[in-house]
Amino acid sequence: MLPMDIAALTIDKVREGLRARRFSSSELATAALQFARAENPKTNAYLTFSEERALAAARRVDEKLARGEDPGPLAGVPIAVKDVIVTNGVRTTCGSKLLANYVPPYDATAVERLEGAGGVIIGKTNCDEFAMGSSNENSAFGPVRNPHALDRVPGGSSGGSAAAVAQGTAVVALGSDTGGSIRQPASFCGVVGVTPTYGRVSRYGLTAFASSLDHIGPFGRNVRDAALVLSVMAGRDPLDSTSAEAPVPDYLTHLDGQVKGLKLGLPREYLKNLTSESGDLIFKAIERLKKLGCEVGDISLPATDYAIACYYVIATAEASSNLARYDGVRYTFRSPSSETPSEMYRNTRGEGFGAECKRRIMLGTYVLSAGYYDAYYLKAQKVRALIARDFTNAFAEVDAIVAPVSPFPAFKIGEKINDPMAMYLSDIYTITGDLAGIPCMSVPCGKTVEGLPVGLQILAKHFDEACMFRLADAFERAGGAQN
Amino acid sequence: MKITVDQVRYVADLANLHLTEDEVRKFQADLDEILVHFERLNEVDTSQTEPMAQVLYEAEEIATLRPDRPRPGLGTELALANAPVAGSGYFKVPEVIKR
Repeated sequence: MLPMDIAALTIDKVREGLRARRFSSSELATAALQFARAENPKTNAYLTFSEERALAAARRVDEKLARGEDPGPLAGVPIAVKDVIVTNGVRTTCGSKLLANYVPPYDATAVERLEGAGGVIIGKTNCDEFAMGSSNENSAFGPVRNPHALDRVPGGSSGGSAAAVAQGTAVVALGSDTGGSIRQPASFCGVVGVTPTYGRVSRYGLTAFASSLDHIGPFGRNVRDAALVLSVMAGRDPLDSTSAEAPVPDYLTHLDGQVKGLKLGLPREYLKNLTSESGDLIFKAIERLKKLGCEVGDISLPATDYAIACYYVIATAEASSNLARYDGVRYTFRSPSSETPSEMYRNTRGEGFGAECKRRIMLGTYVLSAGYYDAYYLKAQKVRALIARDFTNAFAEVDAIVAPVSPFPAFKIGEKINDPMAMYLSDIYTITGDLAGIPCMSVPCGKTVEGLPVGLQILAKHFDEACMFRLADAFERAGGAQN
Repeated sequence: MKITVDQVRYVADLANLHLTEDEVRKFQADLDEILVHFERLNEVDTSQTEPMAQVLYEAEEIATLRPDRPRPGLGTELALANAPVAGSGYFKVPEVIKR
């Protein structure tokens, strides 16, 4: 038994432990893998454990330490990676039957950078198929259960990553966010989840869902850990032409508690459909921010009412195009009953994709088809410009925006799965940030009477993650997660 | 009604997606409800708005291309490693032209 409580580790505690030689990186990796395997039957958070790779990474850290070299800012930190992010030699399923045996021949840039900084990737986490869903119930490998209430969903689509961090089997995790898939599960599982500015983190190696909306971002048990992971991953990558050249600040130096006088906007359109308990916690959080010296005022983001329609036109259109590559030729699964190429395409896709992917392929194909392109896709792209303009206007007046993440806390497994429209509508507070490409995050702001976590969303200007982290960190240190 | 079962079959055909009859009926209802919701986009006046295909920043952070220099690709063996059927350095598919 190791002298550590794995479930309570933070990046700082790992660093201290290694420095004081209380444990080696290899010992920690072995213990973390053992703990994650033992806990997994409760939540189904992991689909694959990357033991060989984890132990090799840990050994490299130990060797560097022995030679007196700097092992990197994430040295020895056990990390879980959402299974839509490719890992060389480690199975990457995207939560789909189609890719149940897919072993990528290369690493995502984000993964490469985390390992380069000493991180130890212990496994790949469960998610909605191709990141399409808000509950993690659309995985071909079974739903993930919320560690706070095992009969409830962890949120989605990055449900496994959020659950792993909440459960303590990984110190930090990577997720992906196209319409709220990091922030909503972070909120449901009571952890910190960050969607950076579009282009901040390279998408190279992130399986494409909706390319103009896809982001990679971190989960952590505190703001500091999430900020550090982002700073390691962020920055220009020649392999993603949309990755930004903008310099990446040292976010940790911004966690200084200096939030007095910060101007915050509370969008009135985001308070309409809240359940009373979630609403109470959001308003309590606002009061806490005021006590810290922030000035909170009402703002309006008038195009919000059109955001769901706008998002589901654009996201499904892009998805129908991106998922065209799963045709039975290159990616492991081919329907056995295919005599002709046409049958191969149709049957492979018909048998391979789950219901939600099919629904989105159908919607996306429909809105892009002859005669409908202008009415749906082009129109939605124009409405997207208006949604983005709302934020530009708001940020002329305020430094950051505070809002709920989800209208309600974690719901019961099975409760909403048969009503796709209701599921789509629940994304209302998170999709706008993705459409505008601004950085946004969820930070825990208390629990309901039943003990279900609720998250506060913070949104900031393009490339101003530093302001967002400063506010979230000050809120967290002021006891924001306590009721 | 925004979409009929025949249109659902037509779209599935465009998407190269085999659907069972049960799925066709289910998706007709689902898609209809969602397309009715999409209608609200028509309430927005966009006559003066340019479409936004990509997040556009006012700064030039993303106006960057890497130098166009050749670099080694994956190689045939790795590229074919995940193929359901491969042979002689190619992806194999069912017969395309009947002899």
